[in-house]
Amino acid sequence: MADIIKRATAGTMESSDAYVEISPAEGLEISLESVVQKQFGAAIEAVVAEVLEECKVANAKVTVIDKGALDCVIRARVETAVMRGRGE
Amino acid sequence: MRRSMLFLPGNTPNMLINGSRLGSDALIFDLEDAVSPAEKDSARVLVRNTLKYMDLGSCEIIVRINSIDTDYWKKDIDAILPYSPALILLPKTSCAQDALIADEYMTEVEQKLGLEQGKVKLMPLIETALGVENAFSIATATKRVAALFLGAEDLTADLRCKRTKGGAEINYARTRLVMAARAANIDVYDTPFTDVNDDEGIRVDAEYAKALGFTGKASISPRHVEVINEVFSPSERDIAYAYEVMEAIRIAKEQGRGVISLHNKMIDAPIVARAQQTIAMAEEMGIRRG
Repeated sequence: MADIIKRATAGTMESSDAYVEISPAEGLEISLESVVQKQFGAAIEAVVAEVLEECKVANAKVTVIDKGALDCVIRARVETAVMRGRGE
Repeated sequence: MRRSMLFLPGNTPNMLINGSRLGSDALIFDLEDAVSPAEKDSARVLVRNTLKYMDLGSCEIIVRINSIDTDYWKKDIDAILPYSPALILLPKTSCAQDALIADEYMTEVEQKLGLEQGKVKLMPLIETALGVENAFSIATATKRVAALFLGAEDLTADLRCKRTKGGAEINYARTRLVMAARAANIDVYDTPFTDVNDDEGIRVDAEYAKALGFTGKASISPRHVEVINEVFSPSERDIAYAYEVMEAIRIAKEQGRGVISLHNKMIDAPIVARAQQTIAMAEEMGIRRG
């Protein structure tokens, strides 16, 4: 699978959505800001990591700003950011 | 039962996720006009995930893909087809060949992925003058075509006329589509009423569409769903009459009578067919004779 070759974003800051930014990096770094950080922060980070693994992304800096998005939305936004970061 | 169909923009999670609570019989997840070119990829993945992961209850899901003259439509089908929406709404269908091209590609994807052949149906969106003139050949282009759908906004642009509330400019298209769809024995859906704040206007427009023979009507506003459902549902009186007709038939058969009358009117085959349709719809709505 191709590396992340450029900075890319996906999603919005609207309610029930998530804004994801991805950029090239050495190793994997995930940072999360969420309206439900205390309760679901770990679960959201696990979902993000799972999508990155499915997409075979091993080197990237990923920032997620979650506005109460469901898992399927976070998955979609991370996948889109990866595709865009690969220039697909 | 598909009385109402509500358009939801394909890149808006809040609406996709909550759409099934808005009372519409069907939801149209829109990848076409409601999504900007820069967000086509994003919307496609979001709609795919909504179909893949969300329980949307009894709501039927339709996906409006991009038209076959774009670079998007095959990617739309690749992403969406494995998650079996009931229908693909194919915009700007202007001739039978357009429907055939979509059908052939859907078949190719089904074969490649081992999906059930022909499970996902096609609903051509007729929104050009050429499409209206070719309505019957589109309706019969392939077995996958399950319904026709009239799109009046693009059509009136193609006709170079104004879209009005009265709808005189689309009268021919409406009747032509109903005739073509009914001749092909498929369903037919009316264009949305676009003034979201005109509660009386939507009722008049929906009643007119029903009177012409449309199966149901699309909407761009949740506010219109309830009225559309009401207009396209059989009334209590219709249901009661339908049961009376079927009872009269039963009694006549028992008595060996060939000619049947009810309230001094002869009951013939079209009346029986309409009564059967009314009862089927009432039962689907959970209304049964007490």
